[in-house]
Amino acid sequence: MSPFAPRKQRYFRGAKGDTRNMDDFNSYIWPIVWLSLQVAGAAVLLSAVIGLPLGCWLGLARFRGKGAVSALIYTGMAMPPVVIGLLVYLLLSRSGPLGAWGWLYTPKAMVLAQTILDLPFVVGITTAAVAAIPPELHFQVRSLGASQWQARRTILREARPGVILALATALGRSMSEVGAVLIVGGNIQEHTRVLTTAIVLETSRGQFAIALWLGAVLLSIALTVNFAIIRFHRAPPT
Amino acid sequence: MTDAPLYRLDNLVRRQGDGFVLGIPQLEIRPGEVIGLLGPTGAGKTTLLRLLSGLESPHEGEIRFRAQPLNGGTPLILRRQIAMIPQRPLLLGGSVRRNVEYGLRLRGAVDASRVEKMLADLELRPIAAQNAQTLSGGQTQLVALARALVIEPDVLLLDEPTANLDPAHVALVEQAIGRFRQEKRATIIWATHNLFQARRVADRVALLLAGQLIELAATHDFFERPVDPRTAAFVEGKMIW
Repeated sequence: MSPFAPRKQRYFRGAKGDTRNMDDFNSYIWPIVWLSLQVAGAAVLLSAVIGLPLGCWLGLARFRGKGAVSALIYTGMAMPPVVIGLLVYLLLSRSGPLGAWGWLYTPKAMVLAQTILDLPFVVGITTAAVAAIPPELHFQVRSLGASQWQARRTILREARPGVILALATALGRSMSEVGAVLIVGGNIQEHTRVLTTAIVLETSRGQFAIALWLGAVLLSIALTVNFAIIRFHRAPPT
Repeated sequence: MTDAPLYRLDNLVRRQGDGFVLGIPQLEIRPGEVIGLLGPTGAGKTTLLRLLSGLESPHEGEIRFRAQPLNGGTPLILRRQIAMIPQRPLLLGGSVRRNVEYGLRLRGAVDASRVEKMLADLELRPIAAQNAQTLSGGQTQLVALARALVIEPDVLLLDEPTANLDPAHVALVEQAIGRFRQEKRATIIWATHNLFQARRVADRVALLLAGQLIELAATHDFFERPVDPRTAAFVEGKMIW
C-alpha cells in the first residue's frame, strides 16, 4: 500500500459512520469520472454536429432578421442551466410530451440538457469566427472548384481558432455544469452521478476532502483537454 | 477559328443596388483565345469576370457556357472547367504547397508531380513549406496563379494577375500562362491596366468604360485602327476619367 494511503484513508473517516477506504474511493470515483467524460463528450459531439454547420451557415448568410437570430443565440448563452434543466425535466417527465421516451434520470437526459446548454455557445462563437473570415474567401475557393459543402468546410478550417474556442467552451461548460444534470439526472450513484453532482453531494455530507479531490480531478481533466487543444491549435502548417 | 463559341452573352445587365454596373448587349468568346480586358478602375472588368466564373448571376440577360446557361445554379462539373485568379488573392492557412494542392484536393486528385512542377515553374519551391500567410503581395499572387494553373482549367479568368509583381516576375507569369495556354488550349480572359501587356498576350482586346463594352477587336486592330474614338483616346493615353 502506498505511504500516502493512510493519510487519504483518513479523509473518508471524516464523517461519522463513513467507513470507506482507498479501494472504495477508486471504485467510487472512476465510474463518476468515466460518466462525466461520456456525458460531456456526447453533449459536445452533438452540439458540434448541429452547431458547427449552423454557425458556419449563419456566419456566411445574409438575410433579413439575422440580427434577431444572433441576439437569440447570444441570449441562449446567458440562459441559466437550472432553467434548461427544468425545461428538459418538464419535457421528459411522465406527463411531459417526451415522457414516453423514459429518459428522465438517465444519462441520455443529461446529454440532452447539456447539448441544449452547449449549442448557443457552439453556434454563437462559430458564427462570429466564420463572419470574421473575409467573405471574398468563400467566392475564391468556389472559383477554384469547391462545392458549396467543400467551401463551407474550408471556411470552417480557416476559422479553426474560433471553432476550437467554441468546442473548448462547450466542453468546459458541460464538465462544470451542475444545475441541469442534477435536475434531469437525479445524481443516482453508479447511474447518473457525475463529478459536479458528486461534489455537491460530498459537500452536503460534510466530506470536504472528497469534494476537493473530485474538484481537483475535474480541474485536471479540464487542464489536460485545454493543453491538448492548445497543442492542436499550434500544430505547424502542412 | 470556326469553333462554336465557348461563351455567349446576350443582353447582359448587372446592377448593384440601384446602380448600373455592367451591360453587354452581345459577346461571344471562342475556345482557345486570349481576350485582354482593358478599362479604368470601376469599368466593370471584375464584375464581368465574376459573371463568367458562373458564381454570380446577371440581373438581366443570359450567359451561356458550352451552350448551357451559366449562373449561380450551374452544375459543379461545368463550373470546375473555369478557374479565376482574383486581383487580391486570399490564401488559406498552412503552407504554400497546401495552397497549391487545394484545387486538386477538392477534386480528389492530388498529383504530387504536377504540384512540384507547378511550384518549380513559378519559382515557388524555396518557399513551398513556408506558411502562406507570411508571404508578400507578389508571392501571394504567384501562389494564387499556381493553385489555379495546377487544376488545368479550360478557362482561366485573370483579374490583374501581375499587379503586384516586379518586371522579372511579370515575365515569369506571362511565360507560365503562355505555356499553359499552348499545352492545354485554354481560353483566357485577362483583365489588365497595362496596355503593353494586353498587346503582348491577347488575341483580341476589349475596352470597358462605365460598364459598357465600347469595342472588341483583334489586338492589332484595337491598337492600330480603333473604331471608337474613346478606344483611340484610351490607347493613346489621352482619356481622362
